Amino acid sequence: MWAGQDHLLLPSSYSLLTKLIMAEAFKFELVSPERLLVSEQVESVVIPGAEGEMTVMAHHAPVMTTIKPGVVTVKTASGGEERYVVFGGFADIVPAGCTLLAESAVAVKDVDRADLARRIQEAKEDAADAKDDQARSKAEQFLSQLTTLEGAILPA
Amino acid sequence: MPSLKDLRNRIASVKATQKITKAMQMVAAAKLRRAQEAAEAARPYSERMGSVLANITQAIGGGGDAPALMTGTGKDDVHLLVVCTAERGLCGGFNSQIARLARDHIRKLLADGKQVKIICVGKKGFDILRRDYASMILERVDLREVKTLGFVNADAIAKKVINLFNEGGFDICTLFYSQFKSVISQIPTTQQIIPAGLASAPAEAVDGGNAVYEYEPEPGEILSDLIPRNISVQVFRALLENAAGEMGAKMSAMDNATRNAGEMINKLSITYNRQRQAQITKELIEIISGAEAL
Repeated sequence: MWAGQDHLLLPSSYSLLTKLIMAEAFKFELVSPERLLVSEQVESVVIPGAEGEMTVMAHHAPVMTTIKPGVVTVKTASGGEERYVVFGGFADIVPAGCTLLAESAVAVKDVDRADLARRIQEAKEDAADAKDDQARSKAEQFLSQLTTLEGAILPA
Repeated sequence: MPSLKDLRNRIASVKATQKITKAMQMVAAAKLRRAQEAAEAARPYSERMGSVLANITQAIGGGGDAPALMTGTGKDDVHLLVVCTAERGLCGGFNSQIARLARDHIRKLLADGKQVKIICVGKKGFDILRRDYASMILERVDLREVKTLGFVNADAIAKKVINLFNEGGFDICTLFYSQFKSVISQIPTTQQIIPAGLASAPAEAVDGGNAVYEYEPEPGEILSDLIPRNISVQVFRALLENAAGEMGAKMSAMDNATRNAGEMINKLSITYNRQRQAQITKELIEIISGAEAL
C-alpha cells in the first residue's frame, strides 16, 4: 500500500522539479528555401523580430512575426548554443513549437563576409535611387539593420 | 553495296557515338539524383509557407486589405507567361512539350483578343517561341552560367515579375514548367501565380489548430511581405522541378540512344560479316576455277 502511494506521487513531483530546474524543450525548425537547417528540440530561441527581439520558450502564445536581418540564437535541449545569421523572413510561433522561415540563413561561423558586404552595397544603392520617401525610409531601415548585423557578427 | 572498309568505319563511328550517349546518360543520372535531392530539400519551406499563408488568409478572412498581388487588378486583358525550359537540348521532348503547351495557351489568348507578354527562362524555350512570337518576348533569363540553382535565381525572376506587375504591365501571370513525376514522365504544367488564388487555402490550419494568433506587425502588412516571397518560392519550385525533369528526360533519351546504337552496331556487324564471307567465297571460287582450268 505504502509503496504504491509513493509510486503514484513521485513522478508528478519529479516532473515539477525538473520543470523548475530546467526549461522545457520544444520543437524548433529553421528553414531556408534551399533546405531545412535545424529541426530539433530546443530550450529557447532568440528571434530578431521586426518589432524587437524576442525570446521564445515552450508554451509561447501563438505569434506570427516578420523578422529583420539579424542573429538567431538557439539554445538546444542538450545545453549547446548555436547562432545563425538570417536575412529577413518570418516566424510562426505556436505553443508546441516554432518555425522560422528565413529568406537565407547561415551558421554564424560560415558567414561569408563578401556576401554581406555585397548585400550592404546593394541596400545602399537601393536607398540612393529610391523613388519616394516611403521607399527610401524602408531601404534605409533595411540598410541600418544590415550594418547592425555586420557589427554584431564582426568579432565572431 | 558499301565496301568492307566503309562498313568498318561506320561501325567504329556508331560505337563512338554509343560511348558518348552512354556517358551522357550516366552524367544525367548523377545530376538527376542531385536535382531530386535539391527539390526534396526545398519542400519543407514551401509546405510551411503554404500553411502559414493559409493561417494568415484565414485571419484576414479575405478582407479588403489583401494586397493587389493576391486579388489581382480585376481585369484579365494582359497576360504574362513565364515559360521555364531547359538551357540545353538532347533531352527528348522535354523542351518542346513545355513550348507546345505555352504555344497553345498563347493561341487561345490571342483568339480571345487578349494581349500576351512572355518571359523566357532557359534558352530552348526561347528558341522555339522566338519563331512565332518574337515581338511578345519581353525578356530572356539566362541560367546557363548557373551551376547549382539557388533561391537567388528564382528570387530575381520573381522580382522582375512583381516589378512589372506594380508598373501595371500585366493583369494575370502564369507559370509554365514541367512537373517531375518520375524519371520517364514529366508533365508540362501551367500555374497561375498572380493573382494568387485565395481558394487554395485549406479550411483547417495545420499545426496551429484554431489558436488565436497575435500578429506583429499587422496581418495585412505581413501578408504584403509574404505574397512576394511566396511567388519567389513558386518560381523556385518550378525551376527545381524543371531541373529534375530535364535530367530525367535526358537520361531516358540517352538510354534510348544507347540502345539504338547497340542495335545498329549488331545489324552493321552482321552485314559486315556476311560481306566478308561473300568476298572470301568469291576469292576461293576464283582460285579453284583458275586451278581447274589448267
